[in-house]
Amino acid sequence: MESDLGLWAIPVAIIGGAIRVSTPFLFVSLGEVLTERSGRINLGLEGTLVFGAMAGYAIAYLTGSPWAGVGGAALAGAFFGLIHGVLCSIPKVNDIALGIAMMLLGMGLAFFFGKPFIQPVAPDLPAISLGGWSDLTQVQAALRVNVLFLVGIALAFALWWMFRATRIGLILRVVGDSTDAARAMGLRPSLIRTLATAAGGAFAGVGGAYLSLYYPGSWNEGISSGQGLMAVALVIFARWNPIACFGAALLFGGAGALGPALQSVGVSEGYYLYFAAPYVLTLGVLIAISSKTKAMTGAPGELSITK
Amino acid sequence: MALADPAETGPRDWLSPDGRVAGLARRSEAFVIPVMALVAGLAVFGVFLLFLGKSPADFYALVYRAGFGTSFSWQNTLSRTAPLLFAALCVALPARLGLVVIGGEGAIVLGGVAAGALAGLLAPWPGALAIPMLALAGALTGAIWIGAVGWLRHVRGVNETIASLLMSYIAIALMNHLVEGPFRDPASLNKPSTAPLADHLRIGDIPGWDVHWGLVVGVLCCVAAWVLIDRTTWGFAARIAGGNVRAAQVQGLPVGRLIIGFTALGGAFAGLAGAFEVAAVHGSANASLASGYGFTGILIAFLARHNPLAIIPVAVLLAGFEASSGLIQRRMDLPDATVLVLQGFVFIAILLSEALYGRFRIFAPERWRT
Repeated sequence: MESDLGLWAIPVAIIGGAIRVSTPFLFVSLGEVLTERSGRINLGLEGTLVFGAMAGYAIAYLTGSPWAGVGGAALAGAFFGLIHGVLCSIPKVNDIALGIAMMLLGMGLAFFFGKPFIQPVAPDLPAISLGGWSDLTQVQAALRVNVLFLVGIALAFALWWMFRATRIGLILRVVGDSTDAARAMGLRPSLIRTLATAAGGAFAGVGGAYLSLYYPGSWNEGISSGQGLMAVALVIFARWNPIACFGAALLFGGAGALGPALQSVGVSEGYYLYFAAPYVLTLGVLIAISSKTKAMTGAPGELSITK
Repeated sequence: MALADPAETGPRDWLSPDGRVAGLARRSEAFVIPVMALVAGLAVFGVFLLFLGKSPADFYALVYRAGFGTSFSWQNTLSRTAPLLFAALCVALPARLGLVVIGGEGAIVLGGVAAGALAGLLAPWPGALAIPMLALAGALTGAIWIGAVGWLRHVRGVNETIASLLMSYIAIALMNHLVEGPFRDPASLNKPSTAPLADHLRIGDIPGWDVHWGLVVGVLCCVAAWVLIDRTTWGFAARIAGGNVRAAQVQGLPVGRLIIGFTALGGAFAGLAGAFEVAAVHGSANASLASGYGFTGILIAFLARHNPLAIIPVAVLLAGFEASSGLIQRRMDLPDATVLVLQGFVFIAILLSEALYGRFRIFAPERWRT
């Protein structure tokens, strides 16, 4: 049943968009939380996201199973993370600069191997309808939720619990806060950071698979426009708290949905400016939470980006 | 270690840690290690090609032919060098202060838009007056854009790497808005652009070559940047601040002005690249401005170890790789992203080579005899 929502269509479209658009933010930021809590930053997750999108799409197309695509993207992402982690363990190698290099390499490899997969159509990931209670088609469309979105929420809570209450979480926090303290406890900081970066890469890979297999749902070279990088800023905004990452991802997703939502009700004036909304929001948030003198609350002590 | 008696350091004692050979050895480290890293990166890429069943020998032969083999290919390479020189300076100058600015692409794009928009207003002016104004508009726009990154860094402690890259996405959105909206030439149908530049506002080629003047200006800017960094107190102060902010502040150095000044200057160079792209290459400002020069510039600056003079040969080399992209696609059936992959490998190799400094005894004369 089609009904006219008038201007209410905008918030409905933004909420729907936030749910659709936020999932890659959520996965990348959870991955980055894991990495940064261990004391390293991986700026290469943008490249991992794009490569994950390509690998997920290609594998889903070749096997016919979107879940095989998600698994493949996670493996590819873990591999990228592992490379970043191992190379950063070499003394004097800068994690920020290496992240930039991995970002360029990841995108280059994705475009290189992805050329043959731009045309074919891969199977989509399934979605669950949560909007059955409403008979407005717009609301139903907005509440079609992808399984990965729910997985992401579960992961956010799981990670939060892990940092808080488990041995692995404690080890990660110690390593992230003080290399010396970790060594004194007999831990191996480089190894732990490498594993954390690999796991973070796997998350980012899954985020990429969501892009190509659900929304927007096809593989092309412009599939990610900085989501991986925005997610890194989002982690700082969320103060390295996985549950706050979920809220921040929704916020950023909503900002990303602003342009299309306005377009859907016929506002096309300044379309490209609305397109910039998520970047402006990210930058604004960064400016608001940064401080010249104070270290950021909740920041892992060994993190180079906040020093 | 006792100082050698000057009388003893004669020609026979050329192994002395104070001799000429020793000085040469010390200085050659900064040259030999990046070259080794470059070769290693190219070799790893060769292995990558082997895995795909392509011949690395053919690949590099094609790169040589298309990039450096003939005078035509040299002109093709050199005409791509200019924006890369500027883009690399935008990374290298802030790097002296320990800042990693990777958003040069945004300054290039907006510098180009500024020049393209101003050209419409300056059409009645004579070229000799208007062209410098276009360049200035590009440089000023870039300076404000990247200078803002430095300002945010100084005033609020905002991470410059993330901020600059975010701002380059904003810049591209802004460019799309401007060339599709306020600055759009109604006649540009398929590719929204600003109005084409009047002929007398176009920047021409160096006489006898098929290369525009941007190359000359770019080389001069590199030399000027080198003088600034290596030969002035400003550059010296920047290096101190880059090494240790606390120490620089204790010394009373104007750290804030250095940060904003160096980022703004880097941005001015990148904006200049955009102005040259518009006035010498495209003839109007449009989406072609965002063609990735800013990102290649990052790699060039790191390969050159942020030394503006070293940027010149490195930029020529990478321009050659980019110039050969078309031929490689046709002859070897490789996608256009091949050059990106190659750049990625080289970039990682150069970062890893940082671990090699101080490891080789041949570069450390004081350890020759032990």
